[in-house]
Amino acid sequence: MKLLTHNLLSSHVPGLRPGGGFPLRIELGHPSELPPEPVPDYEGDEEFLRRVHHVLLEVEVLEGSLQCPDSGRRFPISKGVPNMLLTEEEA
Amino acid sequence: MAGSGRRPEHRGPPELFYDEAEARKYTQNSRVVEIQAQMSERAVELLGLPEDRACLLLDVGCGSGLSGDYISEEGHYWIGMDISPAMLDVALEREVEGDLLLADVGHGIPFRPGMFDGCISISAVQWLCNADKKSHSPPKRLYRFFSTLYTALARGSRAVLQLYPENSEQLELITAQAMRAGFTGGMVVDYPNSAKAKKFFLCLFVGTSGTLPKGLGTECANEEPHQAKFTNERTRFRNVKGKSVKKSRDWILEKKERRRRQGKEVRADTKYTGRKRRPRF
Repeated sequence: MKLLTHNLLSSHVPGLRPGGGFPLRIELGHPSELPPEPVPDYEGDEEFLRRVHHVLLEVEVLEGSLQCPDSGRRFPISKGVPNMLLTEEEA
Repeated sequence: MAGSGRRPEHRGPPELFYDEAEARKYTQNSRVVEIQAQMSERAVELLGLPEDRACLLLDVGCGSGLSGDYISEEGHYWIGMDISPAMLDVALEREVEGDLLLADVGHGIPFRPGMFDGCISISAVQWLCNADKKSHSPPKRLYRFFSTLYTALARGSRAVLQLYPENSEQLELITAQAMRAGFTGGMVVDYPNSAKAKKFFLCLFVGTSGTLPKGLGTECANEEPHQAKFTNERTRFRNVKGKSVKKSRDWILEKKERRRRQGKEVRADTKYTGRKRRPRF
């Protein structure tokens, strides 16, 4: 799963607060090296933009899970594919 | 393909029908690959995307990525959803460009509002019409699918869903739930007079009420409006007319008429048509 996709994902479990279920927290088995806060005036900084492009489109999360900030519900990720299947009670 | 002549939807839920063996067979079948490519091309065409930029599309029921490959070829990005782990495994093996999600679209589309520039679906939505579990209510699942899809699409974008409806009730159910969810648009039927070539594309608009594109192969339909014919089988009609005696003049005239409607070249009907020939002929 690319990080760009993660940016678009939200939990579709019914009954969350409006605007809820986003952002899903990425939990990896090991600490990650994601960049810190963007510097001001980042649009002109070529090096930074290149690194952002790399992180958004070229880094993939292969194993781990996504956690909903409102319900704590976890969606596991395996082989780069998040499992968003809900149980019949949740749906 | 498995259960040829019958509808796969009658054999069980899609995540069980598309197991490892079927997923492999499906993806390697050259006829399937070709048809999926053609339908993907037509669906993307019907999306009416802007010509100058790459777009982000949602592929509902992406399976092993056959339709996704076409989207990538056109220079767009895509995210695919499918309920069959086996099909997604094949997609991973084929190293498709799009990101994949294991999900049941009847539970909803798990994305923030307005994220997609368009959505296509090839041969998938009719699976939502079958209640595979006791708790399933097809109208509820269809509505959940369409309403969350509506939210996930950007204003002014479209969803083009190619499907194989079993009968007109199914078609009406699907269309009704889509309209309830806020979509405008309707059904585009390509080659309505050909049993083999006929394809249904549900063309849905978000926000704008655009004009529905014309179906292909409809220019020759200048007589009364045709009733869309449905069949329990996906491909050919079998006993459509109740048999005229084979090879009789009536049968020959009917067959020629059928071929004319399909747009094929047919000799004119004359007094010699179906005339008894001398034994030596």
